[in-house]
Amino acid sequence: MKRILLLGAALLGLAAPISAHAADKLLNASYDVARELFAAENEAFVKQHPGVTIDQSHGGTSKQARAIVEGLEADVVTFNQVTDIDFLVKNGFVAEGWQQKFPNNASPFYSFPSFLVRAGNPKNIKDWSDLARDDVKVVFPNPKTSGNARYTYLAATAYAKEAFNNDPAKVEEFITKIFDNVPVFDTGGRAATTTFVEREIGDVIITFEAETKSIAKQYGEDKFESVVPSVSLLAEFPVAIVDKVADARGSRDLAKSYLDFLYAPEGQKIAAEFGHRVHDEKVAAEFKDQFPEIRLVNVDDVFGGWKKISEEHFAEGGTLDKIYGSR
Amino acid sequence: MAHPGKGKPPRVGDNPVFRRVLLTFVLVLVGLMIVAPLVVIGVEAFSKGVAYFGAAIAHPDTRHAIMLTVITALIAVPINTAFGVAAAWAITKHDFPGKRLLIVIIEIPFSVSPIVAGVAYLFVFGLQGLFGHALQTMEIKILFALPGIVLASMFVTAPFVARELIPLMQAQGRDLEEAATSLGASGWRTFFSVTLPNIKWALLYGVVLCNSRVMGEFGAVSVVSGNIRGQTNTLPLHIELLYHDYNAAGSFAAASILAGLAIVTLVVKVALERQGAGRIQRPSALAGADTVTPEVKP
Repeated sequence: MKRILLLGAALLGLAAPISAHAADKLLNASYDVARELFAAENEAFVKQHPGVTIDQSHGGTSKQARAIVEGLEADVVTFNQVTDIDFLVKNGFVAEGWQQKFPNNASPFYSFPSFLVRAGNPKNIKDWSDLARDDVKVVFPNPKTSGNARYTYLAATAYAKEAFNNDPAKVEEFITKIFDNVPVFDTGGRAATTTFVEREIGDVIITFEAETKSIAKQYGEDKFESVVPSVSLLAEFPVAIVDKVADARGSRDLAKSYLDFLYAPEGQKIAAEFGHRVHDEKVAAEFKDQFPEIRLVNVDDVFGGWKKISEEHFAEGGTLDKIYGSR
Repeated sequence: MAHPGKGKPPRVGDNPVFRRVLLTFVLVLVGLMIVAPLVVIGVEAFSKGVAYFGAAIAHPDTRHAIMLTVITALIAVPINTAFGVAAAWAITKHDFPGKRLLIVIIEIPFSVSPIVAGVAYLFVFGLQGLFGHALQTMEIKILFALPGIVLASMFVTAPFVARELIPLMQAQGRDLEEAATSLGASGWRTFFSVTLPNIKWALLYGVVLCNSRVMGEFGAVSVVSGNIRGQTNTLPLHIELLYHDYNAAGSFAAASILAGLAIVTLVVKVALERQGAGRIQRPSALAGADTVTPEVKP
């Protein structure tokens, strides 16, 4: 009995110490495949700011946003979905206008849906049009459950809109053809990678360029090669200070200098080393060989913004449902 | 199964062909479903060499995940054990209104998906939930910290001990306890000298199950942990994180540690059982435990 009481007391004791002095500590809530990237970024940042600790939380960014709203005390967010920061705005955790507080729409680095094919590119896959060919099997996760695959869907749609002069029937036919070439729709990017790499299904996997590089790095650069299509959709990795938390903990200055660091040459270089494209001209020039030229279109120009996209494409009964359902 | 249309129907288990087929079937299934994956974990964990395995385990985040998982088990298992014994004792040795309802409630965590438990805790302790604001003003942190992880693990494993004890204690009846009480033994004395010796193997088994489940719990903990690495990432969450990072060898190394912890628990259980079996059984233990226990154990 006494032991139980002691344990209870211990539990409460463990519960107590929070946010006592926060200014030398930051919690960065980030997306799920960014662990190694931010491990490297944080190490470099801490070297410049001795005595500072950066804690990291990783998970799907919708889940992360939800957790912050429920009380996860993250000072900054580094997400891969703009809409999930908008969710924080809606709940009063991030102030409006966050995209103007840091350069490039508050996105320190960027990427886009790109291709990874098997060594030697036996099916000669060069562009989105090849994905609709009858002899090509394509792998990407289910756009209903994966944010990554939504980008793929949108990028393919953006290509088709240009190629078919915005003719909705032809665009839909093109996208349906690509969907028909997908043998399995996994629920997430990681599962799709397993399908492509370990079960050896499909001729090409579509995911962010940065991701194609880490897959090749992990599973053998002699087994795969990266193919960059003619055009793709800009994928931003938005960052923001979580104003409500930062003000409560007095960590705003540190949070600001942390996010600024991601834009500084050193931070940019690390991002580039992990396969992300960066805005810093010097760093971009240094990594030019690894990043073939590509024309990127953005969500606002092609689709009129995320809000419109979710209404037209991803809402129940939207275009995606029509295409996905017709399979 | 194996022998249709023979002269005299063989009794189950008598026919050597049937026995062999059955045995092969079970062995193949055990091999495919249990042994093979464990072997894969072991092989993959060392696929990049012993040094890489060592480095993966020595990584501060992995070490912390192991620690956190062990601490969680050290808190959750004793509490749930005490709860399980108390509940089983109350239900089998006493009569009170609502007893059946209590049994049903205790079993709820078995039938509810752990993710539901996690989300329920969000609704109770989250900032948007019932007590979130009160807790925040008192600076008590439950979610996204150790207390939340322990609570979620406890919810999921609450029935394990009680579930093992109730059928056994029901079968044993109350005669011995009633005799002890009538001879003047106090409640505690009755429990420690009469009841506990009778139920100790079932209790041990319940504790072992509870412990493995606490250490392996993913769904409920994943919701309330906040995934802060080096702080609230338990071993199962850490394994997933490494796996998503394309760090297969690291994630298998961590997985092998988790499997190792489970195996240690089992070894401890077997060792305790051996030690116990070596001792001379007391009469009270002979009365019920040994005839009933085998039915309870799988």
